[in-house]
Amino acid sequence: MCKPVFKPVFKPVLKIVLLLCAATAFAQTKYPGVGKPVAADRVKAADKTVMADGRGLPAGKGNVETGRALYKTNCAECHNEAGEGRDKQWPALVGGTGTLATKAAKKTVGSYWPYATTVWDTIARSMPYNNPGTLKPDEVYAITAFVLHLNGIVPATQELDEKSLPLVKMPNRDGFIPTVHPDVNAKR
Amino acid sequence: MADRRSFLGLAAVLTACTKSSKAPSVVEQSMAPYGERAAAEASILRTATERTASVGVGSSTTPLQELHGVITPSALHFERHHAGIPKIDPAKHTLLVHGLVAQPMEFSLDDLKRLPAVTRTHFIECSGNGGGELRGVAGATVEKSHGLLSCSEWTGVPLKVLLEQAGVKPEAKWVIAEGADACRMARSIPMAKCMEDALVVYGQNGEALRPGQGYPLRLLLPGFEGNSSVKWLDRLHVTQEPAQSNQETAHYTDLLPNGKARQFSFVMDTNSVITRPSGGQKITGGAGFVEISGIAWTGNGKIKRVEVSIDGGKTWVDAALEEPVLSRSLVRFRAPWVWDGKDAVIQSRATDETGYLQPTRDEIVEARGTNSQYHYHGVKQWAVKADGSVTNV
Ligand code: HEC
Repeated sequence: MCKPVFKPVFKPVLKIVLLLCAATAFAQTKYPGVGKPVAADRVKAADKTVMADGRGLPAGKGNVETGRALYKTNCAECHNEAGEGRDKQWPALVGGTGTLATKAAKKTVGSYWPYATTVWDTIARSMPYNNPGTLKPDEVYAITAFVLHLNGIVPATQELDEKSLPLVKMPNRDGFIPTVHPDVNAKR
Repeated sequence: MADRRSFLGLAAVLTACTKSSKAPSVVEQSMAPYGERAAAEASILRTATERTASVGVGSSTTPLQELHGVITPSALHFERHHAGIPKIDPAKHTLLVHGLVAQPMEFSLDDLKRLPAVTRTHFIECSGNGGGELRGVAGATVEKSHGLLSCSEWTGVPLKVLLEQAGVKPEAKWVIAEGADACRMARSIPMAKCMEDALVVYGQNGEALRPGQGYPLRLLLPGFEGNSSVKWLDRLHVTQEPAQSNQETAHYTDLLPNGKARQFSFVMDTNSVITRPSGGQKITGGAGFVEISGIAWTGNGKIKRVEVSIDGGKTWVDAALEEPVLSRSLVRFRAPWVWDGKDAVIQSRATDETGYLQPTRDEIVEARGTNSQYHYHGVKQWAVKADGSVTNV
């Protein structure tokens, strides 16, 4: 319906378009006047969603070597030098390959996670645990490359950016199935 | 000693009364602006466990064995956090709705309170509730075995209203809900649930939400695993696909014996547990009448029937369900029992309105193996000993 193309040069025009949009939206809703229509720049600033196909990833790049150094300063304190986890306190980021169908299943980035984008997104939004959201996109690409390398998923020479990251095939990419519910049949 | 102390306490009151030259009285406490429970009840508390030395990853459990009825006092509601509890100024907090909508919209708390409100009673259960039972480390009390479960009266706005207010588009299939906690936890919710009975709530048991429950705003998905009812909600992103966020891939997916994992297994299965008499309690005064009482719940809708056994599951009798039996709420069941004073093993099992019967632990293990700690809902039993003590078996 109302999809103005935002270009900063046309700011006055934009405002009018927005107001028109707002008016139409209000006229159509059941509860007119409740809630504030917002402009694209507000949405853009808040929208941190990263989709599995890479939509939402910011432009940037980083390689395994840069990632190794960044990991050492930002992550090793908790997740240990080679991502093996620490003191049963902080989760391991490596290992567990081949264990999922055993009683000693170990779920890690390498053995379990289906999408490389989720690794990027987890680090970008929630790590380092005590200081989340502070890493720049380039740094997150580099650390992601390093964590994937620790898991043997990408070579030591790998560089990742917003185009190549979603193409990384995770070992357990096909490990998830839709839920059939209910799945347990009790006998009376 | 105790006598002397109460005598001294009384003397202090008398002195105070004399000073204000009023008639002597034994009134010990006046009104308070915010009520406290009786001092003798103050030991009824949640157990909080931090999982790592990084404070904020952990849970606290509800002492269900100590509660009456179905409502959990807000201060005893279980919590499960992945990055602590944020401090949020409600005057600045907004909810952004964007993505596949005609017009992105932002709602303040005041905006939301202008809309027609609904109040509904629903349980929230952590998907990991009872996981210990599955792994064979059964909890000694109901809190230990089932304490990641609580039930409140929630007040807010149907999510459907907000999506329609922004003009949700027909091709929209998912809504990604994101919270304002330190890890900006996000979950993707199927559109059908958003339009069916999902709520965006600001009220809990007549008050504002508690900070640990998402103050000032949370998503409330009746009957879905607790993690998906995103707390501190500030963004709803309407999309065609799920985000495949950390919490819906690395966690809250159910690993089966063949190495494949069930994903988006939101619905909490039909479940029940006897809370009285239950593990850690003691029947005092010997043989005679004891009411067996407990709670039942299901993400499928309403509980239709609860049966109770006093012989370890060999024979069953119907328990009475306390009205009103509400959809996706805890339900209190009661069964009269004249205890003969001998050893007994007591159990409960629930059936929901779809006909689904709560299975045993063995039946769950047969279907799912033991690798997934999520969605456990097996029949729970307690052993009553001749001395009245009740233990987990
Ligand atoms: C202060 C300790 C600390 C630091 C520093 C830290 N983390 Fe974490 N990390 C944690 C904790 C605690 C968790 C578990 C959070 C939870 O359970 O929700 C975690 C979880 C993770 C996970 C998800 C693991 C899983 O299986 O779900 C990843 C990936 C991760 N961290 C990567 C990183 C990276 C990369 C860095 C450096 C940029 C980093 N962390 C720095 C404490 C830390």
